[in-house]
Amino acid sequence: MTKAGVGTVETNYFTFASQQDEFILESKEKLCPVVIAYETYGTLNKEKSNAVLILHALSGDAHAAGLHKGEDKPGWWDNMIGPGRAFDTEKYFIICPNVLGGCRGSTGPASLNPKTNKPYALDFPVITIGDMVAAQKALIDSFGIDKLLTVVGGSMGGMQALAWLVKYPERIRSAIPIATALRHTPQQIAFDEVGRQAIMADPDWNSGNYYEGKPPDRGLAVARMIGHITYMSDISMTEKFGRQKKNNKQPFKFTADFEVEGYLRYRGDNFVKRFDANSYLYITKAMDNFDASQNKPFHEVLSGKSLKVLVIAFKSDWLYPAYQSKEIVKACKYAGIETSYCEVDSTYGHDAFLLETKEETHLISHFLKSVSQKRGRA
Amino acid sequence: MKSDEIIKSDHKAVLDMVESNSSVLDLGCGGGDLLELLTIKKNVRGQGIEIDEQAIYRCVAKGLSVLHGDIDTGLSEYKDKAFDYVILNQSLQQLKHVETVLFDALRVGKKVIVGFPNFAYCRARLRLFFRGRVPITASLPYTWYETPNLHFLSTLDFLDYCKEKKIKVERKVYLAADKRIQILPNFFANIGIFLISK
Repeated sequence: MTKAGVGTVETNYFTFASQQDEFILESKEKLCPVVIAYETYGTLNKEKSNAVLILHALSGDAHAAGLHKGEDKPGWWDNMIGPGRAFDTEKYFIICPNVLGGCRGSTGPASLNPKTNKPYALDFPVITIGDMVAAQKALIDSFGIDKLLTVVGGSMGGMQALAWLVKYPERIRSAIPIATALRHTPQQIAFDEVGRQAIMADPDWNSGNYYEGKPPDRGLAVARMIGHITYMSDISMTEKFGRQKKNNKQPFKFTADFEVEGYLRYRGDNFVKRFDANSYLYITKAMDNFDASQNKPFHEVLSGKSLKVLVIAFKSDWLYPAYQSKEIVKACKYAGIETSYCEVDSTYGHDAFLLETKEETHLISHFLKSVSQKRGRA
Repeated sequence: MKSDEIIKSDHKAVLDMVESNSSVLDLGCGGGDLLELLTIKKNVRGQGIEIDEQAIYRCVAKGLSVLHGDIDTGLSEYKDKAFDYVILNQSLQQLKHVETVLFDALRVGKKVIVGFPNFAYCRARLRLFFRGRVPITASLPYTWYETPNLHFLSTLDFLDYCKEKKIKVERKVYLAADKRIQILPNFFANIGIFLISK
């Protein structure tokens, strides 16, 4: 058995921006106040040089590790965070914020609009991955941290790590983008759009104004089901479900006969208990609009930066195929950045970034060690 | 054990060719033994490229920067003269597209270090001539059915090639076991290491 994790944890809330000093979004729209939910694990050292920022994916939240009081389900990356784990809490201070636009404690479309005293719903401004990262920077500033040891995340978390590289390279020593892309392809946008259409086609969605009534649970559940298909692989689905049937009874022609159907329904039904449909719309749109090289080629952005980058991809990931990670690597190479890249042989599909923790632990723990040492030498 | 000694002496030869505090790109860096040696002894800024996933993990454990990839697809992402040295140690003979990679290496590196097993080594010749069998030697340890080597060349073949392609050969080192070979190197050496430039 490995060592125990971080134990009982709780979510904290950081509030910033006021009427006098509003948070200005990339769209030039303004937002105030802004609340960012976050959790921390480990201890910030005196030099404030051991901070790691962990960035979650589309459906994640600030609860990356440990247990909330009275609950038995650990955080979403628990086996990567803790004493002796990849993000060793005996060495590093880990911060994991919920994204702006989310629904797990940070300001998002379900939050109260101070101007109307009702939830924002679709009055919530369009947000970008860059806005999420700008809000995270405000949080980091509040800790008095000048430079993060690393920013790390998978999928949309990886996009945020790339956005840190572009927006605040002087505030980070390294970045670890995992199973991600410089920008979405039409295929990735298409899957997101089907998810959004499923939500908006649900009559309960009511143009986003459902906070006082019944939320669009069916639409959001279908969006989640589509998502789950794209997170797995042909092989991982076959291994997990086969053509196994749940039972032989047929009370209704279109019940969930196959295991895979039951699984997707279960995942969909569970998701609506913890996720806001409007957040799903805003966040997927932010991902689709993201382009790490919006203004100039990505390698020009990186050029001359004294950073280290570790890029990780997974062989069976067809949602964020390895070639997209290689494009990140290519830009780093061209910019002369010290880069490591590994394409892990996994059958789990996109979900691998949450499951292949043995390989990730090896790569990340050694990488972090070399980043810390590099600082010592300089 | 014997092949271990040979690996050590060829690493030593490469070490002698590389200037301190330079930048090095090691193509086919394996588990990163040579790159680690260069980092420690010559304080180089090193970057490796390797195709084998398990070897990547060994490199990362050594704190090296390594990219998981196939060098046969070329080095087009690197700028001209991006590195002081590009190393092709024991990987040249395993490439599908030798010329493409070699010329790309000469573009990306100010200098290139190439090390490969000498097919015209005396023991290889004896085995072929007297026993009628494909050579199996310390530097060519594989049977015909499991060898990763695609090209079989002698040190003279390589020098002819350099002459034909107008590649400047700056230094030549010939090795057999732990010793440097000075006399009739194409006969007595089983490894040749060359510092070349364009």
